Amino acid sequence: MDMLKKVPVREQDPKVRAGNFEEVCYGYNAEEAQAEAARCLKCKNAKCMGGCPVSIDIPGFIRQVETGDFEAAANVIAEASALPAVCGRVCPQESQCEGQCIRGIKGEPVSIGKLERFVADWSREHGFVPKSAEEKNGKKVAVVGSGPAGLTCAGDLAKLGYDVTIFEALHEPGGVLTYGIPEFRLPKESVVQAEIDNVRKLGVAIETDVIIGKSVTIDELMEEEGYEAVFIGSGAGLPKFMGIPGENANGVFSANEYLTRSNLMKAFRDDYDTPIAAGKKVAVVGGGNVAMDAARTALRLGAEVHVVYRRSEAELPARVEEVHHAKEEGVEFHLLTNPVEILTDDKGWVTGMIVRKMELGEPDESGRRRPVEVPGSDYTIEVDTVIMSLGTSPNPLISSTTKGLEVNRRKCIVAEADNGQTSRAGVFAGGDAVTGAATVILAMEAGKHGAKGIHEYLSNKA
Amino acid sequence: MYQIVKAEKLAEKIFLMDVKAPRVAKACQPGEFVIVKIDEKGERIPLTICDFDRKEGTVTIVFQIVGASTKRMAELGAGDAFQDFVGPLGQPSEFVKEDPALVKGRKYLFVAGGVGTAPVYPQVKWMREHGIQADVIVGAKTKDLLILEHEMEKEAGNLYITTDDGSYGRKGMVTEVLRELVEKEGKQYDICVAIGPVIMMKFVCLLTKELGIPTIVSMNPVMVDGTGMCGACRLSVGGQVKFACVDGPEFDGHLVDFDEAMKRQQIYKTEEGRAMLRLTEGDSHHGGCGYCG
Repeated sequence: MDMLKKVPVREQDPKVRAGNFEEVCYGYNAEEAQAEAARCLKCKNAKCMGGCPVSIDIPGFIRQVETGDFEAAANVIAEASALPAVCGRVCPQESQCEGQCIRGIKGEPVSIGKLERFVADWSREHGFVPKSAEEKNGKKVAVVGSGPAGLTCAGDLAKLGYDVTIFEALHEPGGVLTYGIPEFRLPKESVVQAEIDNVRKLGVAIETDVIIGKSVTIDELMEEEGYEAVFIGSGAGLPKFMGIPGENANGVFSANEYLTRSNLMKAFRDDYDTPIAAGKKVAVVGGGNVAMDAARTALRLGAEVHVVYRRSEAELPARVEEVHHAKEEGVEFHLLTNPVEILTDDKGWVTGMIVRKMELGEPDESGRRRPVEVPGSDYTIEVDTVIMSLGTSPNPLISSTTKGLEVNRRKCIVAEADNGQTSRAGVFAGGDAVTGAATVILAMEAGKHGAKGIHEYLSNKA
Repeated sequence: MYQIVKAEKLAEKIFLMDVKAPRVAKACQPGEFVIVKIDEKGERIPLTICDFDRKEGTVTIVFQIVGASTKRMAELGAGDAFQDFVGPLGQPSEFVKEDPALVKGRKYLFVAGGVGTAPVYPQVKWMREHGIQADVIVGAKTKDLLILEHEMEKEAGNLYITTDDGSYGRKGMVTEVLRELVEKEGKQYDICVAIGPVIMMKFVCLLTKELGIPTIVSMNPVMVDGTGMCGACRLSVGGQVKFACVDGPEFDGHLVDFDEAMKRQQIYKTEEGRAMLRLTEGDSHHGGCGYCG
């Protein structure tokens, strides 16, 4: 065995998977996992742990995998993370744990993500139940939103003995894990629901169909319903559009809408009522993970798909693995290209999109080279559907209905990074509602910090 | 689950239900809406609130069969339940948030068309509860499709009923009644609230613009989540993009781009028709919902 290389992971054939919603990656089996675990150098000063936002004892669990004690490995991970099967699939390991791996200096880093996924899948298949608190402390905490931040915060607080209720606006819990990330990357029933069930097993209650700020306000939760602290993990918010002509035409969707129809409402299945206008020739505007998800969903719904992104490949914000998978499946990339107008027929349906070539200039405030228009380079792509994947702006529902809750100039909730404390006593926040759209694992880190902050606050209050 | 306490057929394809939903009943205001989902496979259907009983914890909805999910909803009766019933969503009507003295000093005219009578009802009722007698025009295609007549009669100041075919009340469009009231009967209105099919709201707004009456409309575009997340419900108001679910559903009718809104309502017509066809084996959506002509 070549110790410089990762044990390869089995994947569904690109040509086959481009036509179905089954998971792309099959993950390791026990033998492969043990072989990969043997590549870990078990560093005393484990750099990988510093790269993990929730500080999983990575060499600790990998050591257990190597010896074949997978339950012990699961226990090590469970100390730090409530969502290992999710993280093993969607974390950007290449820039976090694996990016720090000493093995990676010469050769490929240890495949930490795939090992985490293996342990999580193994423990789910073998009925592993996380340890819950031995004693309840009788203090009620409300968590707003059941995405990665909320689930993590709720799980941590339940383990400390708090009586936690999560309020979810949609009809299914999971937040972005349920409505945003597609089935072929993150299976809903076997992975997401199972991990949410594990959080429930810790004693967390989840009330769906409750919109905090509308159905009930944070002030009412605290004054009338007896919650002593609240964690807001309400997520990213409203989709952005470009403001170009033709954007309200029929056939222009936000990635949020397209993905929600497919993932949450299961529009890709014939036996569900919700429709989706799949499109025959689809342009996805944007280069993030959400854009890749939308592009690959459209592909699976039978469309020819073009990703239009204004910078070059090096600046694509999506994970390398996602871009690689999208290309393998047949998604076409139009880089250094920016839409200027969407064309329609007389009934208001999309017939095409005028785009303009770009070139890279000086770096902007984000450190990425600024795209500059190339004059006279306009051309038209014939498409019947355009999916805008340009990020989101915060939802004002909570900030506008909660007295004294400070927001910044981008309208994100202001909260301390290390404990989630907001401008209101007893109210904590974290995740996309605070930072703007980021990743699952960063939301989980914020959920963890929020739980710590709430625990400190309520311990001192007593 | 959200139990249906009462179910009643109001007219052909139009149903009324009282649903037990204590959180919504406690918080809701006129002008807001709810989203109803019958079961796991159903669509999320946005419906404006028709009435509510805070003590009983119930909310009244009125809906018309337009697709597969609403057809299945219509088959439910008292004792059955919806899997999901979430709200209130959207902004309350402007007058709810205004200084009551200011509201009292104004003369209101409500114009309701078809199923749009349902969301007009709680607004007129609110007026009555606050000592304001509002004039109400209710329009329907024909007598059999007229809903909530007696309920409206109790709450309205003057109630004017008109049918397209003259089978009941006056004959003609709501706009004809409106013009008559203002031009022939010399009525003066400070604010008009028009709720009904988009085409009706468009023509009411063209007329009230001419007559100089500020007009509020309630938009009911395609929606998914109803909380601002998907952007499906976007519309142009005064040249700006607004989301009906969080910025509305009520807007200044003189600023709404109705033609665009009507085009956007066609987006899922064929897809929804297909789901419907599967359910009825041939009995497709033949119009009459007021939205598809």
